[in-house]
Amino acid sequence: MHPLRKQRLQLVILILVATTVVVGLVLYMLRENGNFFYTPEQIVSGEAPQNVYLRAGGMVVDGSLKRADDSLWVQFQITDGLENLTVEHTGILPDLFTEGEAAIASGKVDENSVLQATEILAKHDENYTPPEVADAMNEAYERKQEKPSGDKKFYMDNTK
Amino acid sequence: MSWQWFHRLGSPRWFYQSSARWLPWLSLATAVVLLSGLIWGLAIAPEDAKQGNSFRIIYIHVPASFLALAGYYIMATAGAVGLIWKMKLSYMVMKSAAPIGAALTFIALFTGAIWGKPTWGTYWVWDARITSMLILLFLYLGVMALQYAYHSADVASKAGAILGLVGTVNIPIIYKSVDWWYTLHQPATIKFTSAPSMHPDMFQPLLVMIIGFYLFYAVALILHTRSEILRRERKTSWVRDLLNTKKQAKADKQAGES
Repeated sequence: MHPLRKQRLQLVILILVATTVVVGLVLYMLRENGNFFYTPEQIVSGEAPQNVYLRAGGMVVDGSLKRADDSLWVQFQITDGLENLTVEHTGILPDLFTEGEAAIASGKVDENSVLQATEILAKHDENYTPPEVADAMNEAYERKQEKPSGDKKFYMDNTK
Repeated sequence: MSWQWFHRLGSPRWFYQSSARWLPWLSLATAVVLLSGLIWGLAIAPEDAKQGNSFRIIYIHVPASFLALAGYYIMATAGAVGLIWKMKLSYMVMKSAAPIGAALTFIALFTGAIWGKPTWGTYWVWDARITSMLILLFLYLGVMALQYAYHSADVASKAGAILGLVGTVNIPIIYKSVDWWYTLHQPATIKFTSAPSMHPDMFQPLLVMIIGFYLFYAVALILHTRSEILRRERKTSWVRDLLNTKKQAKADKQAGES
């Protein structure tokens, strides 16, 4: 290769390496701040800031969803497998919000360690399955399951 | 080692003439693959157990996002080749790749927003994946803007190439953001290391659509580069000859008709 071109190639590589190192260091410094939400464990252990608006994300605990008869008030628990966090919210839940699926609640944690959420988002996973296959898998799962446990069901239908 | 072949590849005239030969075939293949992928994905593939039919937007969202990221590497590589070898053609490819990439990034963000509303419950959140994708759009727009910021095409190309190179650091960040941070966006369905977490009946049309988008990207980039070649080389004799023969043919046709 021509020496001048070699020199320019080295310059290009230098630009790439330098920006990667700089951005890498910045991201390393900001690593926790890049998170969109806190886990219940981080909130219960006090790692998350107190009395500020924050988001909490986790799996909605099976059987924890309670609704008020006369209003849009709902209460449920989210878990990351380590700790449970109670969430209260008044409003309409997203269509994909289901027990056993992930959800993100934003609001403030009150003195009773209950998250008073102003917004609830459903977080869906990266799996896509046709309904028949999902039904067949759930049936197989239920047949295998002698006693109920905390295991996550593969697919739950909340439309019925 | 001889670099002769590489320099011949960089001739705008050679590119213009040879691309004219296989462009019709490439366009035909693109139309066939995209159409069959769309029909397969939108009409034949089963609906999703949880999301119903709204998941079908994946057949646009994922291929557009794929090409928005891959296209950035194409643009940055073309810019780097231009910087090192001072190749005119590669700067033209870089300039042509920027608006195509920007459009694909916009499509990815837009389809993501209209998919997010029924599934997540919101059009937009500032999570790591979506924010880094927005930065990608600004990088593309920055490269485009730099092309018009200088009178000298050479200076503009150099500035665009350097911005393009600096921006490559964003691509792995976008790709890994869903693994590095807690995000609202779910992790990747298509992985390099394991099988896709998608039923084959749904995954096969997605694969066809990704191939279709790659073909479409190639066609769009070649067309855009060809017009850029004509614009920048308009003073050369081969472009003048080309235009004169075209004019002559048109005049002959009109004379024949009247």
